Amino acid sequence: MKEQLEKIRQLAEKELTECGAADVLENLRVKYLGKKGELTAILKQMGQLSAEERPVIGQLANDVRKTIEDKITERAEMLRTELAARKLKEETIDVTLPGKKQNVGKLHPLTVTLNDVKEIFLGMGFEVVEGPEVETDHYCFEALNMPKHHPARDTQDTFYINDNVVLRTQTSSVQIRTMEKKKPPIRIISPGRVYRSDAVDATHSPIFHQIEGLVIDKGITMADLNGTLELLMKRLYGEDCKIRLRPHHFPYTEPSAEVDIMCFNCHGEGCPMCKNEGYIEVLGAGMVHPKVLEGCGIDPEVYSGFAFGIGLERITMGRYEINDLRLLYENDMRFLGQF
Amino acid sequence: MDLSMRWLNDYIDVSDMPIKEFCSGLTLSGSKVERWETEGSEISKVVVGKLLSIVPHENSDHLVVCQVDVGKAGNGEPIQIVTGASNVKAGDIVPVAMDGSTLPNGVKIKKGKLRGVESNGMLCSLGELGLTTHDFPYAIADGIFIMQEEEGCAPFELGQDIREAIGLNDTSVEFEITSNRPDCMSVIGLARETHATFDRPYTVKAPTFKGVDGDINSMLKVTIHNTKLCPRYIAGVVKNVKIAPSPRWLRERLRASGVRPINNFVDITNYVMLEYGHPMHAFDIRYISGSEINIRNAKNGETITTLDGVERELNENMLVIADAEKPVAVAGVMGGEYSGIMDDTVDVVFESACFDGASVRTTAKALGMRTDASARFEKGLDPQNAYPALMRAFELVEMLGCGEVVKTIIDADYSDKTPKGVEFNAEWINNFLGTDIPEADMIKYLEKLDFKVENGKAYAPSVRIDIECKADIAEEVARLYGYNNIPKTIIRGVAEAQLSEKQKFERKVSNAMVSMGAYEITTYSFISPKYFDKIRLPADSPLRNTVVITNPLGEDTSVMRTSVLPSMCEVLARNYNSRNPEVCLFEIGSEYIPNGGELPDEPVRLSIGMYGGRKDFYDIKGMIDSMLDLVGVEDFEYTACTDTSVFAEAASFHPGRCAVISKGGKVFGIVGELHPEVLENYGIGTKAYAAKINLTELMEEATAVKVFKPLPKFPAITRDLAIVCDEALPVAELEKAIKKAVGKVLESVTLFDVYKGKQIAEGKKSVAYSISMRSHEGTLTDDQADAAVKRVLKALEELGAELRV
Repeated sequence: MKEQLEKIRQLAEKELTECGAADVLENLRVKYLGKKGELTAILKQMGQLSAEERPVIGQLANDVRKTIEDKITERAEMLRTELAARKLKEETIDVTLPGKKQNVGKLHPLTVTLNDVKEIFLGMGFEVVEGPEVETDHYCFEALNMPKHHPARDTQDTFYINDNVVLRTQTSSVQIRTMEKKKPPIRIISPGRVYRSDAVDATHSPIFHQIEGLVIDKGITMADLNGTLELLMKRLYGEDCKIRLRPHHFPYTEPSAEVDIMCFNCHGEGCPMCKNEGYIEVLGAGMVHPKVLEGCGIDPEVYSGFAFGIGLERITMGRYEINDLRLLYENDMRFLGQF
Repeated sequence: MDLSMRWLNDYIDVSDMPIKEFCSGLTLSGSKVERWETEGSEISKVVVGKLLSIVPHENSDHLVVCQVDVGKAGNGEPIQIVTGASNVKAGDIVPVAMDGSTLPNGVKIKKGKLRGVESNGMLCSLGELGLTTHDFPYAIADGIFIMQEEEGCAPFELGQDIREAIGLNDTSVEFEITSNRPDCMSVIGLARETHATFDRPYTVKAPTFKGVDGDINSMLKVTIHNTKLCPRYIAGVVKNVKIAPSPRWLRERLRASGVRPINNFVDITNYVMLEYGHPMHAFDIRYISGSEINIRNAKNGETITTLDGVERELNENMLVIADAEKPVAVAGVMGGEYSGIMDDTVDVVFESACFDGASVRTTAKALGMRTDASARFEKGLDPQNAYPALMRAFELVEMLGCGEVVKTIIDADYSDKTPKGVEFNAEWINNFLGTDIPEADMIKYLEKLDFKVENGKAYAPSVRIDIECKADIAEEVARLYGYNNIPKTIIRGVAEAQLSEKQKFERKVSNAMVSMGAYEITTYSFISPKYFDKIRLPADSPLRNTVVITNPLGEDTSVMRTSVLPSMCEVLARNYNSRNPEVCLFEIGSEYIPNGGELPDEPVRLSIGMYGGRKDFYDIKGMIDSMLDLVGVEDFEYTACTDTSVFAEAASFHPGRCAVISKGGKVFGIVGELHPEVLENYGIGTKAYAAKINLTELMEEATAVKVFKPLPKFPAITRDLAIVCDEALPVAELEKAIKKAVGKVLESVTLFDVYKGKQIAEGKKSVAYSISMRSHEGTLTDDQADAAVKRVLKALEELGAELRV
């Protein structure tokens, strides 16, 4: 019996080592360990053995069983691993094939820029206020220290609805509407469409967008204006951005300034992009004129403030290097898809 | 304002200053330089030459061969040049473009052979040097420029650079002068700014003249009838004038200032205007009827033929200069045709006056003629400047030797001469600017600008009409201190801000649209009234009542839109024409609806448009459904609609493929397939879909806060039903009936099939629903579900629908 057992062990080991598939392995398990298996058949003959032989053979039989069982487990594990590896290999795909297109839309570049500007100002505690585009002469001009026949009106070619109603030439009209409604402290920005009768070309459009800013409180200084504008420009254009203020004239601010940023292209040296000036004009600003405050019932001896107006198209074109303003209003998908 | 640097140097010496430094200094102190240009900078290697001999060309009967002495430029040797010009003779001094020279507009001259004869350059005409006969009246326009020595100019030197020889080397600086600073529209004004900016000395000498005796009052009578519109009128007389071209130095300065030289008298008035910033006018005294000058309002219907030969009708709001009978000039705008200076003029009246800015502006506008003079007067000029301006004109008359100045003048002066003191308070200024500038520095800045500071007040020179309040003084201080030297601080105090509900709602809508693949567009808010026809609006549609622009750029942009739909169609069409195969667009924009009041309503609309990519009505509808879900609008319904009284745009859509969207009976949107005629009108060759949603109204219907519903604990039971009904019956009706019949155990009704055709009777359709039921109290039994289905079938029967078998 001993020889028989050893023979079984050898044969099983050989067969199991050669076994290459899960079903073959299962057959082998049945063949050796099953109820009708070879090992069981031998163990059934144990009764014929002497009392001395029985434990020895029993021990041996158990060893053989253990060996076969272990071998089966080991073999099974190996086959599973192989199978899994083969499956993974078979499932290999060409990852360089194109992805499946998902439908996502995009915001207009003007909106993208405007949202950025809004975030910056909301963070500084500025509310976003809106006002009508079809506006009275009073809010668009008179209350901004531009009475009828004021020469500064010439710089803003105006579309008229009638003698007293215009398409607003600037978002500054919202300054007045805000100051009439709300007492200081005031911190607002007011983005929106403005209209001037400029013929359409690469840098002009009869409709464009401005973002007006207004701060009124006790002790507001021109230094605050400088600081706020620098912060805005750095947030919009990056920490390296340098601003420059130039004296200018707006009837509704005094002192007034135009604000330039250093040309990105030439860093102030002068190049075709900045028309050799080294700087690019981005906005107009100033301290709110005492007459304007008075007109809104705010005492200029107690309160002061600053205002600014930014051209949204200009900063949008600057940050995306768009060279033709018309593209913004043509809305060609090939353009809109780029932002 | 174009400034001649040579002229400026008469008043303040900056000749050693690099032009870039000059320009950037003045820009930063408030006089913005747009650009600068040195005359003749395109010209190189053009020299003064003398024609030694001229012989005919052996192979040509229109060319001649010249030997030209170009002095040192030819290394002592004459050079040979072939020319076709016929106005030259030996001995003439001419501009010679040498081999390798350049001329304006990028012209390059190289030596070569003309019909076999060597030519080493070119003789130049005025035009080839970028000049005209206005610059050199003695020369001819078509021919070689034969140069002449002129009085007061250095003699020509052979081989000398032509630019230096003829004074074509001034630098002209173009300033953008803001409307509040008419004083800077002058050489003297800019000299003052240069002085204040660079702290170099400047001097303005009072003009002097000798004059001849004579009583002007015996020659002329001046009466101002409206002293409000004309606070000052000074008249002077020059007798026995000699009209001739001005000397070269004067012509050069006018040219560098962008003004064309005409003759000595016209040039003198222009010269004074450029130098002092004060426009003047000259009349021929012969044409002043009755020898009287009346400054008065015109009479209605009165006419004048102005210098430009146009007859203009005047009205009583316009100020004129009139003689005893008729207007001879429109005050501050333009002179009359017959009273101007002619070649045979003997005695001239110089007018140096001051007119009300607003009046000049209105008049010039009404007559449609803005002139150099009116552009200055309308900004408001200083009456005190009228006097030195006239004196300067007299001085120039004598300098040019072109007439006898009568010593006496008439000065009708009603101007206010009280010096205007404005509060000067250094502490206030520092608090206002956020600076720490010593008072002494502030005073120094102001004095450099010719202000006087005494007893807490600052007195501006009278030409500074812009100085009115202490903020103006702060600006003067700030600009000379340097705007960029003012510190940069952050506003003190805390402030809290957030977007308004409306802004948040619009942002939600736009995020929803983007998330579903729509691209945002931005369109013009004005349109053509013809666009209403393009979108088939009924002729009597209230949307045709628009806010109309009285002075539009063109018909295409002449009315404010009352519907966003044409804007969308326009963009769809543009994309279709650009062959973009598939688009899906949206815009959040305003409409402008007249409401009988002064200003229109400006409600906000969402417009959606799409075509291509097998899109159909249900794509755009589905997009609206999801948008409404995302912004918190529930229980809305679609109703087929062709009624233009609900939405005028219903006419723009396919009558069988259009729906209005409503909630609780309130209609807030319209959606559909664009009408084939609309597509044709816009040249869109494919089906396209559009929608308009009234966001202002929709916002009222949206719930900003959503409330959580617990997740189900018990299983659902699903029953599928196929129903046959009339083809015309809208499925929305079936759905409503199903919902009602199932009751509160209903979880969802999902339509999964609509079928017409085989096995279904003509005029009928089969509609299949999957009905999911669930209770939150316990597991539903089959019996409960069956009972519900029974109820459903009964309800559907009433609609004429039955179970499909």
